[in-house]
Amino acid sequence: MFYREAGQFKTSYQTDAAIFPIRQDRIAIALIVVVAFIVIPLQATPYMITGILIPFLILSLAALGLNILTGYAGQLSLGTAAFMAVGAFASYNFMLRVPGMPILLAFIGGGTVAAFVGILFGLPSLRIRGFYLTVATLAAQFFILWFLTKVGWISNYSSSGVITAQQVVILGYAFTAPTAKYLLVLSIVSVMALAAKNMTRGNVGRSWMAVRDMDVAAEVIGIRLMRAKLLAFAVSSFYCGVAGALFAYAYLGTVEPEAFNLDLSFRILFMVIIGGVGTVLGSFLGSAFVTLLPVLLSVTVRYLDSNFSLHIAESTISNLELMAFGSLIIFFLIVEPHGLARLWQIAKEKLRLWPFPH
Amino acid sequence: MAFFFEVLIGGLLSGVMYSLVALGFVLIYKASGVFNFAQGAMVFFAALTYVGLLEHGFSPWLAVPATLVVMIVLGLVTERIVLRPLVNQPQITLFMATIGLTFFIEGLAQMMWGANVRGLELGIQDEPLQWVTDTTGMSISKFDLVAAGVAALLVTLLALFFNRTRIGRALRAVADDHQAALAVGIPLQQIWAIVWSVAGAVALVAGLLWGARNGVQYALTFVALKALPVLILGGFDSIPGAIVGGLIIGASEKLAEVYLGPYVGGGIEGWFPYVLALVFLLFRPEGLFGEKIIRRI
Repeated sequence: MFYREAGQFKTSYQTDAAIFPIRQDRIAIALIVVVAFIVIPLQATPYMITGILIPFLILSLAALGLNILTGYAGQLSLGTAAFMAVGAFASYNFMLRVPGMPILLAFIGGGTVAAFVGILFGLPSLRIRGFYLTVATLAAQFFILWFLTKVGWISNYSSSGVITAQQVVILGYAFTAPTAKYLLVLSIVSVMALAAKNMTRGNVGRSWMAVRDMDVAAEVIGIRLMRAKLLAFAVSSFYCGVAGALFAYAYLGTVEPEAFNLDLSFRILFMVIIGGVGTVLGSFLGSAFVTLLPVLLSVTVRYLDSNFSLHIAESTISNLELMAFGSLIIFFLIVEPHGLARLWQIAKEKLRLWPFPH
Repeated sequence: MAFFFEVLIGGLLSGVMYSLVALGFVLIYKASGVFNFAQGAMVFFAALTYVGLLEHGFSPWLAVPATLVVMIVLGLVTERIVLRPLVNQPQITLFMATIGLTFFIEGLAQMMWGANVRGLELGIQDEPLQWVTDTTGMSISKFDLVAAGVAALLVTLLALFFNRTRIGRALRAVADDHQAALAVGIPLQQIWAIVWSVAGAVALVAGLLWGARNGVQYALTFVALKALPVLILGGFDSIPGAIVGGLIIGASEKLAEVYLGPYVGGGIEGWFPYVLALVFLLFRPEGLFGEKIIRRI
């Protein structure tokens, strides 16, 4: 009823290959874009923007990067946060050492450096697979953080590797207000999400999916395994690198390598799994879930605490949150192993058929 | 030269401690194909429960079986609530579920017993053996020797259990092929419950030894991260592999820290085992003792 493509004919190859072939999708996307670019900057409070929306968008980008690697190319990585760190620190150094460097170019440079590091740590994937590879990517996580802490040059010899991100200035306009930062992050994330969507629909994405489903078979039909796998590592790390740079420049401001620890890697992995492996939409849904859940939990616990005067200790509250987070993850995995994106698909199907059962 | 041997032996003995944690991973992976990330949290939980019981006036001899019971209950509940609904899901989903379990156990442990660091006294002194120092000039900790002995005992017991008992045979059958095992009448759920209980017991032993060594604190959960390179080096599904891998990792890590560390600024213990395991895997992708998998299209 609400979501029926009846009457929308595809009469050319161009319309057949369109990114959003159904009119309802186009309207929905247009609505989302209007809300994100116009309504939210006008309506949202600064806390919502800096505390929730900016980290949500940045982590979505990182989750998208990991999803390209894990969901599309089938290589599970636990080193996501480290690649983000590479992006952040590389961008910082580009800004610091190249006079007159445009910040967007520095972000791209940070992403590119992360991509090369990603290729380096992706090399073992040519030989090992499964959990062996997963554990091997932990090497990247620990080695990169150690390297960033130990080599003073990278953090300009500040104590314990802390860097302070330079001001974001594009064409003479300083992005200091929360709304300005939000719009910058939103623009970058939208462009990169669109690119990812197109990449996964095309030749590259199909070769990744072939490798994911069975690499021997993919090789037999003429896909170059080495190229496909390393490309996945490079693209994924590029996304993570840019996300890391944004994390430093638009969210934290002052960063130390420890901000990109294993916990962050796990959180991004959760986003991918809960959102839906192998979907672009899932990265955003998962990121929203994982970013909002702790906020909701702490609000709920505090609400219960104050209304029923339970006098729960502060440490108990944080432990309760930890437990609730863990059990919700398990709950979601049991109830919907294919992630939130799958729920959306089911909802679409229901909308299409409503009011009929079949 | 004596110094070299001292470092080497110290490394080997600390490697045994890693093996203890790695054993828990291997047990569960072997019998259910689940990469149980919560093993580190279980070690932490066991140690904290033991110390907590002692504080509540239990005698050590009573606290050990009591903790064992708690660990077994934890294993059974995990099997019932987490694993059973997730049968036949891809391995990655199960892996993620165990990460969720990790959060839950960490929260539960700290809520039940508090988060402050505590000491754990097992009655074994962490001091060098006098007669070894006198004869060779090396200092070897008594505690490390006891830990190695416990590990050896545990491995022998587990090897006997796996190879000589009816349940052990069933465990190996389940590990080989779930469906075939079910078809010949092996109760899968019962087997998994047993494996998780045994892994809980191994976690208790590891927790006691690690707790006595480093104090019972949140950092114990990171011990699991040290056990991972041991696993990939030895192979996920091999008990001897866990031991040999632990020895190699322990020894090379200490040697690298002492002889290589000063040149690069130290602190390489955190990542050196991983890089070592990684380089090793490039030559033998299934680990030292792992089962070689032949793939067909």
